[in-house]
This record gives sequence, structure tokens and C-alpha cells, in this order.
Amino acid sequence: MTIDERYDVAVVGAGAAGLAAASECARAGVATLLLDEQPSPGGQIYRSITTTPLADRRVLGSDYWYGEALVREFERAGAAYAPRSTVWAVTPEGGGFEAGVSSDGAARLVAVKRVILATGALERPFPIPGWTLPGVMMAGAAQILLKSSGLLPRGRIVLAGSGPLLYLLAAQLVRTDTRIERLLDTTPPARWRVAARHAFAFAVSPYLAKGLGLLREARRAARIVEHVEHLEALGDRRLSRVRYMAKGRSEEIIADLLLLHQGVVPNINLASAIGCAQRWDASQLAFIPVVDEWGASSVPGVSIAGDGAGIAGARAAEARGRLAGLHAACALGRLDPAERDRRARTSRSELARQARGRAFIDTLYRPAEPLRLPQGDTIVCRCEEITARQILDTVKLGCIGPNQMKSFLRCGMGPCQGRFCGLTVTELIAKARGVPPAEVGYYRLRFPVKPVTLGEIAALPQTEASVQAVARLAKSED
Amino acid sequence: MTQDFDVAVIGGGLVGTAIAYGLARLGRRVALLDEGDIAYRAARGNFGLVWVQGKGLGLARYGSWTQLSARRWPELARALRDDADTDVALEQPGGFHVCLSEPELEQRSAMLGKLIAQPGFERYDFEILDRAALASRVPGIGPGVVGATYCRLDGHCNPLRLLRALHAALEKRDGAYLPLHKVERIERKDGRFAIETGGGRTAAPRVVLAAGLGNAALAAQVGLAAPVRPQRGQIIALERVRRFLAYPMSTVRQTDEGTVLIGDSQDEAGFDVTVDTAIAATEAARAVRIFPALAHARVTRMWAALRVMTPDAFPIYEQSASQPGAFVATCHSGVTLAAAHAFELAPRIAAGELGPDLHPFSAERFHVRKAA
Amino acid sequence: MFARRPEAGPSNVAVTIDGQPSMARAGDSVAAAMLAAGLLACRTTPVSGAERGPFCMMGVCFDCLVTIDGNPNRQACLVAVRAGMRIERQSGPAAIPVEGEPSA
Repeated sequence: MTIDERYDVAVVGAGAAGLAAASECARAGVATLLLDEQPSPGGQIYRSITTTPLADRRVLGSDYWYGEALVREFERAGAAYAPRSTVWAVTPEGGGFEAGVSSDGAARLVAVKRVILATGALERPFPIPGWTLPGVMMAGAAQILLKSSGLLPRGRIVLAGSGPLLYLLAAQLVRTDTRIERLLDTTPPARWRVAARHAFAFAVSPYLAKGLGLLREARRAARIVEHVEHLEALGDRRLSRVRYMAKGRSEEIIADLLLLHQGVVPNINLASAIGCAQRWDASQLAFIPVVDEWGASSVPGVSIAGDGAGIAGARAAEARGRLAGLHAACALGRLDPAERDRRARTSRSELARQARGRAFIDTLYRPAEPLRLPQGDTIVCRCEEITARQILDTVKLGCIGPNQMKSFLRCGMGPCQGRFCGLTVTELIAKARGVPPAEVGYYRLRFPVKPVTLGEIAALPQTEASVQAVARLAKSED
Repeated sequence: MTQDFDVAVIGGGLVGTAIAYGLARLGRRVALLDEGDIAYRAARGNFGLVWVQGKGLGLARYGSWTQLSARRWPELARALRDDADTDVALEQPGGFHVCLSEPELEQRSAMLGKLIAQPGFERYDFEILDRAALASRVPGIGPGVVGATYCRLDGHCNPLRLLRALHAALEKRDGAYLPLHKVERIERKDGRFAIETGGGRTAAPRVVLAAGLGNAALAAQVGLAAPVRPQRGQIIALERVRRFLAYPMSTVRQTDEGTVLIGDSQDEAGFDVTVDTAIAATEAARAVRIFPALAHARVTRMWAALRVMTPDAFPIYEQSASQPGAFVATCHSGVTLAAAHAFELAPRIAAGELGPDLHPFSAERFHVRKAA
Repeated sequence: MFARRPEAGPSNVAVTIDGQPSMARAGDSVAAAMLAAGLLACRTTPVSGAERGPFCMMGVCFDCLVTIDGNPNRQACLVAVRAGMRIERQSGPAAIPVEGEPSA
């Protein structure tokens, strides 16, 4: 697909928020480019929605198939769509921005006036002993295999963790007659009482019926163990057993596949590298970009929409995408503020509706501390294979933050750029120092936020100044 | 609450930590005062060369100081293995400065010749290699390479592990590391220096300013001058690849971990540490000309760091005349000079006298008027 | 470990995995194709030699690195299978061909 050299707006990510944002922009007459790392639109929640082999809609469920309408709307709106295109940098340039895009092995720079980041969420790290063994995967991975390839897990399958996605996966597996050995629910017992404070809001929210329904389904074919406190994946070169503790008793079962999930967190790497301010959210236990009611970040011209701006689910993501798109169109003079506000009304009320009950879900499914903060030889940084013990020993040496930690241990320096270790490292340091995570901070992230080849960088434009800065023909070496 | 030490070293980067370690080895009670987790930290942006060739044009003494450090570097590596149980991966197989055009090679050779011919310069051998000679020693050299200069004294190490090892070794020798102690004020009272920081007060009869770019403001408080400015340098880091490069080069090196680092840029951008895409492109293009196979390796990180640059690029080492006991130490080659800082500079600071052979490094050479 | 739903249709894209012929389904990512072929692990790490396999399936964990058509360290979950594709599991760090011509 030929990407032009310039657009008014670049939208990064083709999930609910990205599709909605691009649709609103394009409909308002804004020259819009939607950049998608995946080969087809849908992001993660609506993954492979245009290509999934699971034609029987009951398997994936109506929440999933809702996404079809979003894609159709986008296809009609008139924006340009660039699949298999990874954005590795967004830098300020000439009053607007330059997006570094890697597409089919070639890097190029696209000039835009405004950027809407819709990079969504990823699953929270789940650092248990043995979590790096082949045979251990995130629950979302199994869902992607189901949606994109019609692949079902087989053998002795164990689901473990907490949160709506886990129960959704369980229900989807049950609908495909897949036997689940155990569903190990790590939601702590006291949590229901704490969450009950928000129960009324939950009861009148869209979540209740959905949630209860999923649990009922999952219960039908899976043995659910509640209040699981401790979890370990065991095996020599592959997962072969899962050990867990529930109600004071230790159990060990044979397992072929362990699917982990304890919630999702915003994917902040691109926003952070751009310089968008982040804040620690104590209820979501994650760093969230700071945005206003239109999704505008602390960097003028950069907006953030969807789960990447704070976890709120697919419908809220769509609403925030629309708001960000309308805001961009207004900022570019294509819509006057009154028209923007008028078009925004439905999204605002949808957002309010989705927000009701969110506090209940966040409180109920808040991942238990022992499963967020590993000990001993449990690997924290998967890429560089750094353990919890090494991190804690380094705090004792006087290392006070994740960036110093990174330079001392290399944790966070691997290709995932801290996506699977950052929150763990911040919380481990915070706990060891006895200060809140907000004070400890997070890795300082830089471009490229996704790897790009040296050859691609080498092919980007140079200037006389850049050549002089490097070759320095006139100056003497020192 | 005031804490008492023999020496307070300000700055937890490579210069400060090496000096502090050297002092601790001599049995001095040392406090190393440092900032927080996010700071300019040239020490974390380093390339990792232990480099001799080309240094000292305009100041022969610097050539000797550099060679001294390179000679004593194995000693530092051993000391860190003993005190910090860490291997900083020092290798000194000699290094290459690769040239991509005839004018580059000519200019390089001429410069080295002029350097070595300086009166009082401690001479060493270097080789000028054409492409064929270089290719026979370094496999994978691309067709666009014209030649290189080689010096047997050059080497490299793992600079991040060096910093970590120095910290651990300092702790082993009972040095006190005080992070979150950014220095606000230094005042001389009754023969001691009272140091006010964001984390409390410290006092010591000797103080060493090793705070990099922060030295400029601090120096004035103790009757010293440290005219330093930031100079941006950019580095590209590639993923781990199978070992293909046994020698350090001035702009490409493969680390002991297998990652590949690419440099080397110099531009004046103030305190801006954002990466300039065009400079990255130039660095990348040159690296691909040197090793075409690297075109397929992936960039995992790019960063810009600020060198601490004096007007003539040479270090400043000086003791305050008006406030004896206060020292300043600044340079932009904290890795290469780590051994000299630990084993040569630290003892002189402990003795209270830098010595005439370090006089060429005083800031007086800039004719800067100092505060009394 | 993973079985195909019948409505997914035939697996008729011919690839090789470590030189062995394997049939993948059009539209599968390389990671999905390898899992469908029964391979849970796709590499050993450069740091310790530990075995790893696809973990997140969405391009953020970087554990599913394989060599595709001679190009090392490609994220298998982000590349779609193609007829004739050569997929190779990796051992340790990426091998870039330094001697002689680099591969395409």
C-alpha cells in the first residue's frame, strides 16, 4: 500500500478507538491515515474480525461481533489504511510531527499535523515461577489463536488468574467443547466485600448481566478453584505441572498448557517516548497518560484514545476514539466547536454509561500483590532474564529507580522495552524502599518503540549538518 | 542531620565513583553524593571505549595521562573483580578507526602523525591500513571502506557494568552512597566544607566536584572554575547478534553481551537529549558501509547523551587556591580515564596536593576569572 | 497442543520449519502455524540458552523470534505465512551473515 508523504492526522492503532477516531476525522474532511501493525483491522478485542474462520457467531459472542460495524464504518469514511505498518517514532517537525513507520521492511517518515495514539492495552505481567516455560502463555494469546486461526488448545489446559477476559476465554472455550482442566481464580476472598461498596453502580451498569452469564457458562465445563493464592509452573524444558495453593492446601496437577491473565494495562510506550506525561493510578495499578476530556495529552497535537489512555473496555474506547477524532477535526478547522460538541454527545453519554460499574470491576479484579510482586529466582525481566532477587539486591546497593536499575542490571533493555517487566520493577522498588510507585517512576522510554532494522534507519534522509556531526571531516578527532 | 566524612565526592557518575572508590581503597571515609533516578548522567550514555589513539593533540600531557590510564586499566579490572565480584569485560586487543573516503584517511593519518610528533608526547606506534589489510584482520568489512588506523593500545569494556561495579566496590570498601542528595550549597566553615543537599547535610574537610555539567555552578561556590558545556552524542544499540567483531572500532563495537553499539556523533544542541533522526541515519549509513551485514540487525535503542565538554576538550583537574581541600574533576572520557581517576588522581586528592604534572589540566589555562 | 476448528478450512500453504515440510493455513501467523504443528518452543535465548515460545501473540513480548527466509529475529506472531516460506527456530543470538554477501 502506498503511503503518501503527508496527512493531516495519523491515527496509530486499528482497534475500537483507532477505527472510531479515524472515521470521525475522515468524515469531517480531514486527510487521515490509520496505521495498523496488524494485517487487518480490529486491534486486539476485535482481532481478525474481517478474517476469522469462526463464522458461528455464538462462539466469540456478540460483544466481539459488534466490532464489525466499526470496521464497515471506517471503510466507508474515506481514511487511508496502512496495514502491517509499525510506528517506531513520532517526533516534532515543522509545527507538526514526523512519524517513523516501518512497513514491509522499509522505513519512511510521514509528515502529519496531529497524532492520535490508539495503541490500546496489553496484558499485565504475571511473574510466577516458571512463567517463561514453553507451554505457559497469556490468556489473550489463546484468544488470538482462536479468533485469527481457529486454533483451540488441547490437552490438559489450566486457566489461571482473574478478570473478565479470563472468564470470557473460559466461556468461549466451553462453547467450542474444549475441556478445561481447572480455572484457578486468584481473586482474593476479601475482595468481594471491598468491591461491594461499588456494587450498586455495578448492578446498574452493563457489566453485571454479562459477567454473571460468563461465569455461569464457565462453571458448566470447568472446575473452578477459588481464592488461589500461590501459583507455579513446573517442568524441565516444557510446562508439565502446575502447583497452586488454595484455602491453605497445596495441589499439584499435570498440565500441558497454562494460560495466565490478571487484567490489562495501557500500552504506554509510544506515548511515553513522545513525552506525554504519565501518572500512577493506584486503582488500576498502572501508569496512565494524562489526558483531558477530549483525549488531548500533555504534548500539544498528540491525543490518546482508548484503553491506551486508561482501561475502560471496548465501548468506552470507541467513545473516546470518536471524541479524539472530533477534537482533532475541530482543531484543524474542519468542524466548529458547536458542531464538534453536538457530534460528541452520544459518545459522552456512552462513556458515562461505561464508567458506571468500572470501579467495581477494577476493585474486584485488582490483582493480588503476591502475584504482582515475585520473589527469589522468579524472572522479572523476561528479555534479559533478571530475577526478583537481583532487583532487590540492587535496591539494597542504593539503586533507587527503574532507570538506574536498567543501567545496573539491563532489566528493561531488551526488545520488549519493559512492556512485560516495567510495572513489576517499579512496584518491587517501591515496596523495597517503602515509597509509593508514583515516586519511583517508570522506565524512560525512547524511540524506536518497536525494533526497526539498521538498514531502514540508514535509508532515512540525512542532512549536511548530520554528516558533519558524524564524519567531522574538518575537525580533529579527540 | 549532618554526616561526617573524610571526603565528600559530588557526582555518582563514572568520574565521581572512580575517584570515590580510589579514596575508599586508601582507607578514607568517603561519601558519594548523587541525584535521583532521572538525571543527565553521561555515565549511562557511554559507548565503552578505553581509547588511546588520537588523544592529546594540543596537550601532550593528555596523551600521557590517557596512556597511563590504559596501562593501569587491567589493574582496575582486577580490583573490581575482587571488590565487586564483577567482570567489567575489559579487552585491549587494539582498536581501529575506520575511514570511508580517501580524504578521511588522509586527514586521519596526518592528524595522528602530527599528534605523535608533538614535543613531549609519549610516543606509541600506530598503523595505517588500506582496505585489503583491514579486511584481512577484520572479516565482513564492506566494499565502501577505504582503510583504517590501528593502535595496539586501544580497547573497550562494558561501561554500564563498570559503573555498577564501581558502586558495589565502593560499598565493599565502606564508602557511603547517598542518592537523592542533589547538592544545593557548599560552604567552607572552620576548615570543613558544609554541604547542603536535598536529602540532608554532609560535612567533610575535603570535597571533590565530579558532577559533570553540574560542576559549572558548584565550582564557583568553592573558588574554582569549571567552564563546561553539554555536547550531544548519539548512540544506536542493536540487538544481540552472534559474535562477529573481535576488535573495538571508534564507531562500532560489539559488547561482551553480543549487542552492537554504533556511534559517534558530536553536535551542539544545548541540553537537548532527543535523538536527531538525520544524525541517526548518518551513523547508521556509515555503520552499514563498514559492516553491510548489520543492515538486517535490528535497532533496539537509540539515545542521545551529553558529553561534559570543556573549551579545549581536555579535562580539568584543580584544587581551589582560595579554599584548599576543594577539588574539581571533569572530563568526557570517564571510561578511559577510570583507572587514572581511581589509582592516580584519588591518592593525590587524599594527599591534598595534585602535583605539578597535573597543572596543565587546571582551569587557569582558560584564563577564567574565579570567584574568590 | 492446539487443534484446528473444522470451519477454519484446509491447511494448504506449504512452508518448511527447520527444513521439514509443514502445511499451514492461509492467514495464519508464523507463530500460529508453528503452534498448530505442535511446536511450543521456537528458540533458545541468547542470555541463558533457555527455551522460549510464543507468549502474548500480539507483538509485545518478543519471545516468538524466529528466522524467516534467512532474516533472523522476526516476530513470528506478526508475519503471515506464505507459500515456500523457510521458517527456522533460533539458537541463541541472531546470526547475521558477516562473511560474504548478506542475505536478501
